[in-house]
Amino acid sequence: MSRPRLVGGPRIGVLALQGDVREHARALTEAGADPVEVRRAAELAEVDGLVLPGGESTTMGRLLRVFALLEPLRSRVAAGLPVFGSCAGMILLARDVVDGRPDQPLVGGLDVVVRRNAFGRQVDSFEADLDVVGVPGPSVHAVFIRAPWVEKAGDTVEVLARVAEAPVAVRQGPLLATAFHPELTGDSRIHQLFVDIVRSSGSGR
Amino acid sequence: MSEAQSAPSSGPAADSARHAGTARVKRGMAEMLKGGVIMDVVTAEQARIAEDAGAVAVMALERVPADIRAQGGVARMSDPDMISEIVAAVSIPVMAKARIGHFVEAQVLQALGVDYVDESEVLTPADPHHHIDKWRFTVPFVCGATNLGEALRRIAEGAAMIRSKGEAGTGEVSNAVVHMRTIRAEIARLAGLPAEELYAAAKELRAPVELVAEVARLGRLPVVLFTAGGIATPADAALMMQLGADGVFVGSGIFKSGDPARRARAIVEATTMYNDPDVLVKVSRGLGEAMVGINVSELPATARYADRGW
Repeated sequence: MSRPRLVGGPRIGVLALQGDVREHARALTEAGADPVEVRRAAELAEVDGLVLPGGESTTMGRLLRVFALLEPLRSRVAAGLPVFGSCAGMILLARDVVDGRPDQPLVGGLDVVVRRNAFGRQVDSFEADLDVVGVPGPSVHAVFIRAPWVEKAGDTVEVLARVAEAPVAVRQGPLLATAFHPELTGDSRIHQLFVDIVRSSGSGR
Repeated sequence: MSEAQSAPSSGPAADSARHAGTARVKRGMAEMLKGGVIMDVVTAEQARIAEDAGAVAVMALERVPADIRAQGGVARMSDPDMISEIVAAVSIPVMAKARIGHFVEAQVLQALGVDYVDESEVLTPADPHHHIDKWRFTVPFVCGATNLGEALRRIAEGAAMIRSKGEAGTGEVSNAVVHMRTIRAEIARLAGLPAEELYAAAKELRAPVELVAEVARLGRLPVVLFTAGGIATPADAALMMQLGADGVFVGSGIFKSGDPARRARAIVEATTMYNDPDVLVKVSRGLGEAMVGINVSELPATARYADRGW
C-alpha cells in the first residue's frame, strides 16, 4: 500500500493502529482512491483524507495518544481534513461518548454525542437494509457490530440514515460517520461518497 | 441491553428487518479485533488493567493456563458470577472458554451475554469425537488449530475466527510459530494448485472442498487468523505478527509476569508497531520479570494441550 502515488485517485489514509484496515483500503481502491496506512504523524501529514476504521475505540484512542497522533489529527480535522469514521471511528470523531470509558481519548470535530454499544452486545449485532441520503440506487446493506448510535446531534449535522429513531449515519461538512460497517459488504457506495467529499474539498496539504 | 431498551429505538417493526447471528456479523466481529491483543483475565480488576492497557477484548477464565498446568484437575467453564463481574467491569468485548464439545457450557456463556466463545483445548475436552455445532448459536466462536485442515474443519463447524494453538501456559512461543508457519505454508501451496487438484487437496486436508477452493482463491482463511499459546514478550507478539497473524491472544504471559500493567501496554504497542524495531526496543525495556515458563520439549505428550481436538 505504500507504493508511489498513481495519477488520479486522491491519497486517502486509513488509520492503521488497530481494526479492519484492510477492508477499508479495499473499498477505497474500488471507489477510485489511493489508500495508504497511517501509523505516524509524518504519514498523516501526507494524506488528502483519512478513514478511522472499525475496531475498539478505547484501544485506538490510547494508541493515538501513545504514538503522538492525537494532537496532529485534531489540528488537521480543525483545518478541514475530510474524515470518515465507521463504528469505532464514529466514536472517535464524536465530541462526547456515553457508556464509554470516562478517560477515553477522542479526536472530536463532529458535533455529536454517541452512545457506545448502543444496540447491545455481540449477540445483538445485526444486518439490515437502510436508505442513506446521498447514496443513489437500492438500499445500503448495513452491518452493525456492537454498534454505537448518535444520541444527540448539533444543528450543523445532517442525519443521512436512521435505524428506527436513532441516527446511524451523519455528515457535517467534510466529516462523515456511520455506526455500521460499509467496508464489510463489498458495496463501495459509502466510500464513493467519501472519496467525492475528499475530491471536492481539495484539501491542500 | 438496558440502554437499548430505554433509548429511542427497538420497536418490533424495526426488529423484524434485523438479522442477528449471521456469518457476516460473527466473522465481522473478529475483523474488528485485528491488530489487537486479547488478554486472559481471572478477575474484574485484571480486566480493567487489560482495558486500560489497550486490549481489544478480554478472555474471562477461572485459572490462566499456567495455573491449570500447575494445579491439574479437570478444567471447566468459569463461574458465571465471575464472568458477569468481568462483563460489568469493562466496555470492551468479553470472551469466555467452553470445553471442546461441551455445547451446554456454550449455551450458558451465550445466555450470559459473552461476545465470543472460545472452544478451547486449554480446558479438559468434554467430547472425544465431536466439536460443538457452532452454526446453532447466535454468539460467535473462536477455535484453535495447528494446521490448515484443522482450521477448515472448525470453520466448517461454524467457527468465525481461528487462532493458532501454540502450547498454552508455557510462555514458550515455538509451537505458535510452527502452527502459524504450517497454516501459512499450506495456504500458499493451495493458492498455487490448478483447480482440478483441489479435490485431492481437500481429501488430504480432510476438509470440505468448497472451503479449500475458497482458501485457494483468497490466498488466506475466510476468517480472521489470530495467534495464541506461549506469547510472553513484546518481541514474541511482533514475531507472530510478522509471521502473518492478524492479532494476538496472550494468556499467562501478562498476569504471571512481574509488572502486568506495563507488560500489557508494551505487548499492545508491539502488536501495532510490529515492523518497527525502534518502537520494539523502547517498549521492551524495563518490563521486569517475564513469566518463568516451561520448555515445550520437556512436556510429556499427555501434558500437551495442542494435541487436544482434531
